[in-house]
Amino acid sequence: MTMPIPPKKVPSLWARILDSDILASFLRSKVTMVAALIVLLLFIGAAFSPWIAPTNPFDPASVFLADANIPPAWQDGGDPRFIFGTDDQGRDLYSAILYGLRVSLVIGGLGVLLAATIGITLGLLAGYLGGRVDALIMRIADVQLTFPAILIALLIDGVVRGIFQHASREDTALYVLVISIGLSFWVQYARTIRGSTLIERNKDYVHAARLVGLPAPLIMLRHVLPNVIGPVLVILTINLALAVITEATLSFLGVGLPPTQPSLGTLISIGNRYLFSGDWWIVTFPGVTLAILVLAVNLLGDWLRDALNPRLR
Amino acid sequence: MLAFILRRLFQSLLVMLAVALIAFTMFRFVGDPVNQLVSLDTPAAQVAEIRRSLGLDDPVVVQFLRYIYNAARLEFGVSYQFRLPVISLLGERAPATLELAFMSALFSLAVGIPMGVYTALRRDSWLAKIFQAVSLVGISLPTFLIGILLIYLFSVTLGWLPSFGRGDVVKIGSWWTTGLLTGSGWKALILPSITLGLFQMTLIMRLVRAEMLEVLRTDYIKFARARGLKTRAVHFGHALKNTLVPVITIAGLQLGSIIAFAIITETVFQWPGMGLLFLKAVQQIDIPIMAAYLMLISFLFVSINLIVDLLYAAVDPRLRATIGAH
Amino acid sequence: MSFRSTCLAAAAVLALMCGAAQAQTLRYANQGELKSLDPYTVNETTTNAHLGHPYEGLTARGKDLKIEPALAEKWEISPDGLKWRLYLRKGVKFQGGEDFTADDVIFSSERVRAPGSNFTTRVPTDSKFVKVDDYTVDVILTSPNPILNAQWDTWYIMSKKWAEANNAVAPTPAAATTPSFASLNANGTGPFKIESHQPGVKTVFKRNENYWKPIESNLKEIIFTPISSDATRVAALLSGEVDVIEPVPVQDIQRVNASGNAQVLTGPELRTIYLGMDQIRDELLESNVKGKNPFKDIRVRQAFYQAIDIETIKSRVMRGLSTPSALMIAPELFSHAGFTRPKFDVEASKKLLAEAGYPSGFEVGMDCPNDRYVNDGQICQAIVGMLARVGVKINLNAQPKGQYFAKVLKSGGYKTSFFLLGWTPGTFDSHNVLNDIIGCRDNPNSSRGETNLGGYCSKAVDALTDKILVESDTAKRNEMIKEAYKISTDEIGYIPLHQQALAWGVSKKVKLAQRADNSVLFYYATKE
Repeated sequence: MTMPIPPKKVPSLWARILDSDILASFLRSKVTMVAALIVLLLFIGAAFSPWIAPTNPFDPASVFLADANIPPAWQDGGDPRFIFGTDDQGRDLYSAILYGLRVSLVIGGLGVLLAATIGITLGLLAGYLGGRVDALIMRIADVQLTFPAILIALLIDGVVRGIFQHASREDTALYVLVISIGLSFWVQYARTIRGSTLIERNKDYVHAARLVGLPAPLIMLRHVLPNVIGPVLVILTINLALAVITEATLSFLGVGLPPTQPSLGTLISIGNRYLFSGDWWIVTFPGVTLAILVLAVNLLGDWLRDALNPRLR
Repeated sequence: MLAFILRRLFQSLLVMLAVALIAFTMFRFVGDPVNQLVSLDTPAAQVAEIRRSLGLDDPVVVQFLRYIYNAARLEFGVSYQFRLPVISLLGERAPATLELAFMSALFSLAVGIPMGVYTALRRDSWLAKIFQAVSLVGISLPTFLIGILLIYLFSVTLGWLPSFGRGDVVKIGSWWTTGLLTGSGWKALILPSITLGLFQMTLIMRLVRAEMLEVLRTDYIKFARARGLKTRAVHFGHALKNTLVPVITIAGLQLGSIIAFAIITETVFQWPGMGLLFLKAVQQIDIPIMAAYLMLISFLFVSINLIVDLLYAAVDPRLRATIGAH
Repeated sequence: MSFRSTCLAAAAVLALMCGAAQAQTLRYANQGELKSLDPYTVNETTTNAHLGHPYEGLTARGKDLKIEPALAEKWEISPDGLKWRLYLRKGVKFQGGEDFTADDVIFSSERVRAPGSNFTTRVPTDSKFVKVDDYTVDVILTSPNPILNAQWDTWYIMSKKWAEANNAVAPTPAAATTPSFASLNANGTGPFKIESHQPGVKTVFKRNENYWKPIESNLKEIIFTPISSDATRVAALLSGEVDVIEPVPVQDIQRVNASGNAQVLTGPELRTIYLGMDQIRDELLESNVKGKNPFKDIRVRQAFYQAIDIETIKSRVMRGLSTPSALMIAPELFSHAGFTRPKFDVEASKKLLAEAGYPSGFEVGMDCPNDRYVNDGQICQAIVGMLARVGVKINLNAQPKGQYFAKVLKSGGYKTSFFLLGWTPGTFDSHNVLNDIIGCRDNPNSSRGETNLGGYCSKAVDALTDKILVESDTAKRNEMIKEAYKISTDEIGYIPLHQQALAWGVSKKVKLAQRADNSVLFYYATKE
């Protein structure tokens, strides 16, 4: 057999970010810059919503039912207090979108992070160690895939209720949704990572690292992970959007966030009811906000993926 | 290979047992089925009697074992709400879901792969950019909203396509029904298939594009080009073929997801499939239907995963050795 | 006749036939599904209305809900009220060809009380049905019951021979292990018969040409499809794919009326939507008030009542389609004369709370279904806002009915502090309201007050309720009912909100009578 090739140096993620002419590639792409600006604006809007929004839509005492279903300010019957009009409870839509965006991003972000952490860990273990571990993890994944997110949400919701008999829904719903999204989405990461790891682990640099005597966790994290993480970034960006949408769907089915604290998705599912009745603004503004967010995040994701890919250089 | 398949089959059985166990633990929390069977003014004694007769007073373990015992004999019980065997209800609804899933998978592959290839090969063309932007619509709005918007446009405003149901169906054999043999059946399939397939289409398109771009930059493609192979041969002979490995994985997995997530599409379009049956069962706490549906879906997933793994082995020779070595 | 003209004539005839058949086929979509065809399994308005086409009862209810003779031509009550003699209609045949006789009535009276039936309240358990001759039946009661036949319009008479021949003598129990013939097939005496039935998917009804009386409908065929999604159902009506839908979401009524090809029939419904408060527990399950139950104080209950702006709920949430109610029963079923709601008054409400010792309000959990009544989730949200303005913080728990009912009903241990519920008295009579939702639930052996989720209790009301059951003098009875309502209303046992409205979407080609119990009955329908 040939001599083992010395392990190829795979730099850490940060090292590669600093090293990758990342700023240059960022400045080269106008689309990316616009997308980044939009994402930044939306995140700032969400993070500082209590200071930016003219009203607090989560405070029932400040919401007046008599203001319900008012069209946007520029339309006939509009009210200058409500730029984008009001929803069916009389909430200012502009404020509700800002607050809702925050809720959605927190749920989506935490949910996806949870999913990615579980998925990447299990995927690496399965792909790298193989054998029984692989079989076990992949069969758990099979079980997992059987349960649609809706059902997982129902289950966790039920268990949480069983444990905290009289906790209010407003307190528990957020955790229920984060865990539901985390648990429904991890399989995709695990399978993708496992698939790539299966290929990577037979490559020379891994063999070499093993021969040198590096411990398995180190090989997995420092050597295999950077080479298999590419597709995960694509999934991650799509999943952030998907998580927000899943949350909306759960609201549509009546098991999402309490309607007193609407997320972006809840607003869309509320607006969905008024689509035929002519109150188009209730669904349109949250919908457009969501679409812009998803588009921008995806564009950023695409760029990040290209910029971080070691094989592109 | 045979040992591999046998081992996977055994594991699959364990998976299905685990699904059943989880399902049964879960059912205790989703609500009380008996309330859905009686009206508000039914005497409490009668309610208690129904609960007892359904065996809901027994410990979960007993209920679970009884269920497994019956399931092993392919007895999946009788739906609480319909008072009909779950098997025949699912059987009646299965063709609708399978046809819908198949059509939307076909739609997502037939549109997603060419779009992915095009956007990878002609990265900077304006058409590629439009494709990418348009495809994002599929993942930026919730399915239920897309469905309603399509209905609003094509059924209410234009009056071209039906807003609900399967149209006229033709019976084939003893239980299969198909909408593929009638005009109204085809028309009824269009909107739900697009609604359901849009998300997968985006996913596949983006995946094909990403993988393709990556493969095109690898050394052996450069080498193939250097050897003077025609661009077309390089693109489709080498690059696309190598791109298809992860695409097969995802597409295979998505086929299962399509069936599982058809729930929302079926609800919006009142598509008489298993997903709608399941969602109604969740609302009505119809445990036999929920349990059987989950078992069926887990069976589908397990089978699809098995097939994907085998295909993996067939497409990627490097993996064949691994599987053989198990 | 030449070949050509024969052809033309045939085509013309065919076209005529097709045209005629088309015009007399009505397509109908409802939110709910038609599950079992067994008329004794699912006791619910929509199912009962569906099965009222193939089946019928000894009595019927007309468009105005008045009791009318049906399979029983007339009935006589003995002076002591313990014997009802029923004279059955002669010459009626079941759709399967069997003659309708006293045997079928006796058979049905047994089947309806058998285990597995959900209609046991239709006939008192201790009554006897005795055959006098083929067309006369005596009902022997142990205590007088002036409203014995109040629910007989939905106690459908089945054929004894058919049931015996098809092994369907017992109602299909929920725990059935084999499918029942009766849940997939129907054989009644009604004006339509079931042509095909795919549970939860599609049911086709065909005109029963041998029906015993003429009906005003010109329909040959009714095709029923459930469409659970509101928007899809409305879309199907707007695009002309269906002729009738029930219900139309209140916010879409204008859109349907503006469409030009359909309109919405609206009318008052008999269901009363109300709020209840836990008045039994010494400490509320879900509240920050510890050691006492604020709802035991009538001032708190009145403060809640006066904090609710029912007119704004009517105009905004219900889009004008509700009738604010001062009583726990619809005005169609019992006169509201002499009863008014306490005035909506935020200041008065705050003052009452302060007097009761809660100057800055308190916190309490609220249970609410979000898929059961018209805009139920939105009503609850609106109430959260209104109570917030008097300082009460509500933790709203709005959930699907499956989970909601499992929590709040008796079987779930009445685990609620504050809730929204709707009630239609099955008998259309006040006794049902006073007994089931207002009566004390302190006696575990009695079924009184089983749905009295708040546990309001007044012995005076209970005593009146017992007298109301056996009183046959209508004027006296109404006086007692009024008194019972007066007591419970003065004590604010519950906070009635409104009666919601019916909203049926009907194509302009269809004429249809709307009955206030929300039964969509197509023997009242004609289509151009």
